[in-house]
Amino acid sequence: MKIGHRRRFRRVGLILAALTASTLVLAGCGGSGGGNGSASGDGGDKASPQALDAALKKGGKIIYWTWTPSAEAQVKAFMDEYPNVKVDLVNAGTGNDHYTKLQNAIKAGSGAPDVAQIEYQALPQYALPGALVDLRKYGLDSLESDYTPSTWRAVHVGDGLYGLPQDSGPMAMFYNKEVFDKYKLEVPKTWDEYTATAKKLHAADPTKWITNDSGDPGFTTSMIWQAGGKPFTTDGKKVTINLGDAGTKKWTSVWSPLVEQGLVSQIPGWSDEWFKGLGDGTIATMIYGAWMPGVFESSVPEGAGKWRVAPMPTYDGQPATAENGGSTESVLKQSKNPALAAAFVRWLNNGNGIKPFLEKGGFPATVKDLNDPAFINKKDPYFGDQAVNQVLVGTASTVVPGWSYLPFELYANTIYGDTAGKAYQAKSDLNAGLQAWQDALVKYGNEQGFEVNK
Amino acid sequence: MSAVQMTSRRGWGSNRDLRGWSFVAPFLAVFALVFLAPIVYALYLSLYREQAFFGGKTFVGIDNYVDVFTDGKFWDGALRVLLFLLVQVPIMLGLALTAALAIDSGRLSGARMFRLVIFLPYAVPGVVAVLMWGYMYGTSFGLAGDLNDLLGTALRPLGGDWILASIGNIVTWEFVGYNMLIFYSALRTVPEDLYEAAALDGAGPLRTVLSIKIPALRGAIVIATIFSIIGSFQLFNEPNILRNLVPNVINTNYTPNMYAYNLSFGGQQYNYSATVAIVMGLLTAVIAYVVQLRGSREAL
Amino acid sequence: MTVSAQKAADRGNRTRAQAGGRTTRTTSPLRPGRSRLLTGLMVLYLVYTLIPLVWLVISTTKTQPDLLSTPGLAPGHSFALFANIKETLTYRDGIFLRWFANTLLYVVVGAGGATLLATAAGYGLAKYKFPGRRAVFAVVLGATAIPPTALAVPTFLMFSGMGLTNTVWAIIVPSLVSPFGLYLMWVYAAEAVPQELLEAARIDGASEFRIFWTVALRLLAPGIVTVLLFAVVSTWNNYFLPLIMLSKPNLYPLTVGLTQWSNQAHGAGADPVYNLVVTGALLTIIPLIVVFFLLQRFWQSGLSAGSVKQ
Repeated sequence: MKIGHRRRFRRVGLILAALTASTLVLAGCGGSGGGNGSASGDGGDKASPQALDAALKKGGKIIYWTWTPSAEAQVKAFMDEYPNVKVDLVNAGTGNDHYTKLQNAIKAGSGAPDVAQIEYQALPQYALPGALVDLRKYGLDSLESDYTPSTWRAVHVGDGLYGLPQDSGPMAMFYNKEVFDKYKLEVPKTWDEYTATAKKLHAADPTKWITNDSGDPGFTTSMIWQAGGKPFTTDGKKVTINLGDAGTKKWTSVWSPLVEQGLVSQIPGWSDEWFKGLGDGTIATMIYGAWMPGVFESSVPEGAGKWRVAPMPTYDGQPATAENGGSTESVLKQSKNPALAAAFVRWLNNGNGIKPFLEKGGFPATVKDLNDPAFINKKDPYFGDQAVNQVLVGTASTVVPGWSYLPFELYANTIYGDTAGKAYQAKSDLNAGLQAWQDALVKYGNEQGFEVNK
Repeated sequence: MSAVQMTSRRGWGSNRDLRGWSFVAPFLAVFALVFLAPIVYALYLSLYREQAFFGGKTFVGIDNYVDVFTDGKFWDGALRVLLFLLVQVPIMLGLALTAALAIDSGRLSGARMFRLVIFLPYAVPGVVAVLMWGYMYGTSFGLAGDLNDLLGTALRPLGGDWILASIGNIVTWEFVGYNMLIFYSALRTVPEDLYEAAALDGAGPLRTVLSIKIPALRGAIVIATIFSIIGSFQLFNEPNILRNLVPNVINTNYTPNMYAYNLSFGGQQYNYSATVAIVMGLLTAVIAYVVQLRGSREAL
Repeated sequence: MTVSAQKAADRGNRTRAQAGGRTTRTTSPLRPGRSRLLTGLMVLYLVYTLIPLVWLVISTTKTQPDLLSTPGLAPGHSFALFANIKETLTYRDGIFLRWFANTLLYVVVGAGGATLLATAAGYGLAKYKFPGRRAVFAVVLGATAIPPTALAVPTFLMFSGMGLTNTVWAIIVPSLVSPFGLYLMWVYAAEAVPQELLEAARIDGASEFRIFWTVALRLLAPGIVTVLLFAVVSTWNNYFLPLIMLSKPNLYPLTVGLTQWSNQAHGAGADPVYNLVVTGALLTIIPLIVVFFLLQRFWQSGLSAGSVKQ
């Protein structure tokens, strides 16, 4: 009797111990899968541009994670051109959903795709821990002159090249002409004029606002960029964060009063209320990247014919803009066929993949396509037959140079609401909000091994 | 004394009873894999610190735990779910109890239909329920806005003052039916003749409810309370989805569960996240245990 | 069981559930007539319960532009329900149907398996007085107190190490554990399976497993159906772990797929399909409603024992 008792307990105990041991072993093996490799590329194997062509000829299979709407058409065209290669197109989610899965796969050491779409602001977060392949070893850095300077800078982290720019998003101001005409508003060219327009509109009709901003970190960083601020600098492990620099203060001196006086709507961007607001005139202008026409056309049918585009207002009347959004495709170190993956990226963003992308409304990063007269002069019926690309391409050359994102920008954006968001909510001074954001970011950076503001 | 009982006293008993393990074993095996192993791993993680970008695991012992206990963001979330629990759980269980009693009372026309309809929200996937209510709470184009226009009120369900109550409303809507069913099924076990005896003694409907039905429900109420407490402390889905609509009001640490999630998936702070989870789990377990003790004591 | 209920059972009286559980009654001192006040109050609650569902149904009849331009409970400019259904089922090469099939698989195997495991375990806990059985339930309950979202990363890493992520097992295996099902079956088995019956079968020389399979299961049937019902709902609506475990859309269950469609509205490549999201949501709910409706009769006699168990 007693013996049986003990035997059973021992068996259960052994099973539990085995389970515990195995999870600990797995923890040891799988744990810090992303924590090796330097950011400045691996000089290891001597691959070359010829290696890419050879890989295409040899063929194989690669997995491609992206959420761009043009991906299906692009992948089909690629497989038609290279029948030896099979591309498995996977939509793993939009934005953060995609990044979460990518991060999980990287940490686990398996399950990541060969090629993944990564937005410019997110790129350092993957490149720094060494999860991406430095494409210089395939000679892709020779393609510099094909791209605009700001997008070329955006695909570099340190000296390493981690992708080829797919699109760009120079900011412009989209405005609802119908609303402007109704309330006899002039299209503002400076921020002072913008502020005056905001007051006039809201006074004339309290249910309408010049624009909405409930605290969008992407918008905030782009606006600081346009004002000439350079709040984030990275040099290896050393990071400085200064959200009180001259450029930032320039922006907050304009934007903070707008928030404090309730002149910007608190409708959150990308919500269905926001789409409705764009359609029915509640939101009169939208300052976003050059990919916005595509969004208007597919998601705001009620606004057809009512909107136009103009360069965004500036502080001194001289043209200046910033980039907002845009992505690249990168090759993951976990890829078993990096040459083929890199060849695919080259085709996508420097080859025949560009055409399907533009057809679906994408805005190019390549100089040749930006200067293509057919592209520039295309009339867009949604915008009342305005040749919107004339404005957009024009602004592309006025992007303020020298901007960097934080190496942990994705994380920074998730805590914007926690910190700076309070200012929007309480309609109080944005500078205090930005300072709170800065404090939280400094703390995080130091905890994660950077030397922030030290 | 039957022959069977004599035999069992002679020692077959424990051998046979031990065979009970073999019925429980399959469940426990999967349970160990799916729950215990991750918990052990989480405990292991909580004793270390690893930097998200540069690797390098260091053993820190209980440092993470000390940090959690001094972390204002954690307590902010923990106290919030405690408040949520103290208000929402009684309301939800009260409604469920009333509904169950009403349906069981026989004084309701179409009781079967009520039972089905009240249960329906539980069948709706949580994400869908939040999307629906999130839409309705909108003040520009949602029902709240329509009501404001109609009645001249200034409802702002997603505003800072009301957001917790709005979330409580969604959770209540989702789970009253589920708890109602638990109570109703428990009520169905009360024997007919108890009611007959009570009626003969001249007990009115209220007396019947208080003296027969409620005592019969004691155990069901206790277990429903425990599961509701656990659910409240783990509040995640509803605030997380609404966060897209009001990111300034619903922070990354709005509930402890969200805090742990965002630490992991936003900041790659896996170790600290595991620590938060374990601390939260312990707090929940302690409170659930206390409730269980008080509940069983009263049942005597 | 309460003392009084035990006495009643001893006297051979049937509980209302065992008596067939009819809810229709004729008036008598024991069965008072319908109360209008009560019905009225309950109707109010019914309205509250139904409003979001009514909103959902109305929304499925609108086109995408209409969804954004017409008030919530008002009809759209055209009746687009059938067009929406057709588009939902064919969008992206009919991935919705694939998700539907996945969900069926996960539910049948997952909920079915969960019920089986919980039944066996509940029976074991109730009918065998082995040492440590109270601890078993305490541990199970205690483990559920740890927030699952924080266990997601350890579970993911474990499953990844075992090569199980992005497979159906990543969804099915975790859903096999139902602590609530365990509790229900424990309580039910204690009530519904008389010890004497088991003893009698043992005298006849049947093995424990045989007894379970032939004698106990039949008696446990109504409880099993109830546990199955809760497990079906839970696995049908399973969302969080599949989201973490799966990156291949053709393995998604409906909940994850619909959320992905809903999030498409966000960002530079925005492609909102709200009309498909609401239609998909409705199509996701309907099978569950049908299942409840059909299994209504089992509700009455399910869980008919043991409201109180300490």
